[in-house]
Amino acid sequence: MLPMFFEYETLRLIWWLLIGVLLIGFALTDGFDLGVGALLPFIARTDEERRLVINSIGATWEGNQVWFILGGGAIFAAWPFVYAISFSGLYLAMFVVLCALILRPVGFKYRSKHKDPKWRARWDWALFIGGFVPALVFGVAVGNVLAGVPFTLDSDLRSRWEGGLLDLFTPLPLVAGLLSVAMLVLHGAGWLSIKIEQGPVLVRARRWGQGAAIAAIALFAVGGLMLAYGDYGFRLVGTPDTNGPSNPLFTGAEAAPGAWLENYGRYPWMLAAPVMGFAGPLVALLGIVRRADLPVFLGSSLAVIGTIGTAGLSMFPFMLPSSVQPAASLTVWNASSSAMTLWIMLIVTAIFLPLVLLYTAWVFRVLFGRITTEQVRNNPDFY
Amino acid sequence: MIDFAVVDMSRLQFALTAMYHFLFVPLTLGLSFMLVIMESIYVMTDKAVWRDATRFWGKLFGINFVVGVATGITMEFQFGTNWAYFSHAVGDVFGAPLAIEGLMAFFLEATFVGLMFFGWDKLSKLGHLGVTFMVAIGTNFSALWILIANGWMQNPVGSRFNPETMRMEITSIADVLLNPVAQAKFVHTVSAGYVTGAVFVLAISAWYLLKGRHVAVARRSFTVAASFGLAAALSVVVLGDESGYALTDNQRMKLASLEAMWDTQPAPASLTLFGIPDVEARETHFEVSVPWVLGIIATHSFDKPVRGINDMVATAAERIRSGIFAYDAVERLKIDRNDMAARERFELHKADYGYALLLKRFIPDPRLATGEDIYKAAMSTVPNVPAMFWFFRIMAGLGFFFIGFFALAFWRASRHNFETGPFMKAAVLILPLPFIAIQTGWLLAEIGRQPWVVEGSLPTFLAASSLTIGQIWTTIIGFTLLYGTLAVIMVRLMLSTIAHGPERSAPQRGDLPELVPVGGRSAGGIIPLPAE
Repeated sequence: MLPMFFEYETLRLIWWLLIGVLLIGFALTDGFDLGVGALLPFIARTDEERRLVINSIGATWEGNQVWFILGGGAIFAAWPFVYAISFSGLYLAMFVVLCALILRPVGFKYRSKHKDPKWRARWDWALFIGGFVPALVFGVAVGNVLAGVPFTLDSDLRSRWEGGLLDLFTPLPLVAGLLSVAMLVLHGAGWLSIKIEQGPVLVRARRWGQGAAIAAIALFAVGGLMLAYGDYGFRLVGTPDTNGPSNPLFTGAEAAPGAWLENYGRYPWMLAAPVMGFAGPLVALLGIVRRADLPVFLGSSLAVIGTIGTAGLSMFPFMLPSSVQPAASLTVWNASSSAMTLWIMLIVTAIFLPLVLLYTAWVFRVLFGRITTEQVRNNPDFY
Repeated sequence: MIDFAVVDMSRLQFALTAMYHFLFVPLTLGLSFMLVIMESIYVMTDKAVWRDATRFWGKLFGINFVVGVATGITMEFQFGTNWAYFSHAVGDVFGAPLAIEGLMAFFLEATFVGLMFFGWDKLSKLGHLGVTFMVAIGTNFSALWILIANGWMQNPVGSRFNPETMRMEITSIADVLLNPVAQAKFVHTVSAGYVTGAVFVLAISAWYLLKGRHVAVARRSFTVAASFGLAAALSVVVLGDESGYALTDNQRMKLASLEAMWDTQPAPASLTLFGIPDVEARETHFEVSVPWVLGIIATHSFDKPVRGINDMVATAAERIRSGIFAYDAVERLKIDRNDMAARERFELHKADYGYALLLKRFIPDPRLATGEDIYKAAMSTVPNVPAMFWFFRIMAGLGFFFIGFFALAFWRASRHNFETGPFMKAAVLILPLPFIAIQTGWLLAEIGRQPWVVEGSLPTFLAASSLTIGQIWTTIIGFTLLYGTLAVIMVRLMLSTIAHGPERSAPQRGDLPELVPVGGRSAGGIIPLPAE
């Protein structure tokens, strides 16, 4: 038997953090790919310009997307309840995201296979959808989680979802969706700032980035105000058994408007996240105004970390609150895998995640340098 | 309550997406290693023709790979979207290999595949070969982990049902990893992928040879495909899936039903070559069988019997009766977690808990089951016998055919015989066969597991999400349209890439001048290859 160094409670906390790390990893890497896709039709007009933009992410987007797939797998392994209930409940939203994401691998590869402008224009729109739609829907999904989602659990722990696709589009999720788009468009512009040659495309990307940064700050503020004064928030009832078996029916929770801001009073260090959520876009904005490239990317990265961090920390220990049966809400203490599985997965992650980071860094280093129009013209391997 | 229409639609949905995904994956598995072989020869010999070959097959690999990725995204999330109760009930065990697949395999292949295409001028020859190798290793690791997950569904070792959390939980990761069913499946499946890749390269090379185009690349590719394919075809049959068939009740049932063997035979059992299974009468007409062979294959012995379907149904009925005690205990524990009597009862009967759940198809509360219900539930453990019987014969027949065909191809290639005769034409025509073999093999494995999604633990009809028919129709139609369009585009791009053929690149620094052996069987002189 495997010797175990941590308590169940600690393992749950670690895996809550790790899922946050994976989601942030996804938004930091594939996030700029999504943003670049969403920007593609607007900042690049000629075929050469579009190829410049596409090839800025062409060689690496595929590895970046694995963060998303790994996020899904890790939630399945560490938080099976969250995986089961959220993906089956958000069934049609997931379908829309998957369709959009399916367009990307083929879009990148197939676009350059024919010279026909109509063929290429169609794939450009496919890449736009592949970038814009997931950015929007991911945000809407997080907004819904913050608002509480309509699921119930029976005594077999079988879940049922009481709502359809259109019920997802209420005010808070819409704000979150737009915030997600603004944040990732900014991140896309940030990536282009360090990855393509100076020229008209970059000028346009920065202009869009400027608008996105301002929108991100405004929407983040609106979201915060809605959490403070709107009808959002949940609170545990009684003391949870943090080492107990993962059965959501053993714990209690209730709706408590405004409760999402309580953690910041309890643990003031958590304020670092919302501060980054504001400071990130601001740094990026300054970079754009001052024509400095690196600060734009660093600022947008900070915005991603801060914004996602804020959503996660505000809800702690909740992971998926239920609006119709609050007592069945999924928390860090009642929705995880067994201690043994969390421990095994932690060992595997401790070995392989550093390896992944190492060779990913190596690949980025090999491909280091700005993409130029000249390369686009002459390199036969380019998309 | 359980909506059986939703269950059936969800199964259709999964079958469609998995089978579609599984058209591209085997080719990726096989082609990736063939790229490694060809590029290795390039690095060792410094002959530009091998780089041209690698780049050409790499192009086709890329066109195929992206559809594999596009369809794989759906697979990763489909367990959650369509099989929520499955995800809850077994996520503790099943989720781990899936997550490890992402961490260990997907990252490797996806991170390096970009560099494989974009890195030709950024890396040394050896460096690029290393990158190609990483892609191949990544795709094969991916197969390993997904088959560990699938093997566990066929033979759920290293885990137990926990009534406090109402799910299966892991007890031994070593047992899950070393699951003999998973091991056999891995070797069998990746070998099948290698055969697919080999047939693909062989068929297209043969077409070039018939047309007299790109002969230099085609001859070499033909030779690599013939040797790689022969080894893979031998491996796929010799290291077949049968080794796990003696292990559990469900595996034994699978074996009995693919043989359409209704009654237990005295050891060693005979292997049925042909017959017409009759489900109503529970017998197989016009049976042609070879004595002893099945017993030896399945039990690796002369004295152990292979059990028949009727025998296995009787066992299932016993296990259902025992499972009802476990079910009752679980229901009591839901009311009072500290009911010690119920806990003891559960420990006694827990191995059969899943069998009681089979009754839920016929009656909401298994504790109220009549003898009739138990009989019906026991009968429901028999998978679709005619489907099993015929799919097995198609798959196994093709397996033996590939051994013969590749042996012939290998013999001809090793004598430098690339004559454009009927054999070359046949080599083009066999292109669809590995795909048929692989799809029937997959159907065999998954239909054979029914009525279980996890053998002995969770019936398929209990595993689906609580969805509506309308939702599932939307996604089935949507994915079918999208994937259908992509398939058409992909095939057309493949064909135009094949029609265009390999590019002849300018020699790189360190390349040797192009020299090829010519002249059929005698392969005597070596003269420079004329321009094509």
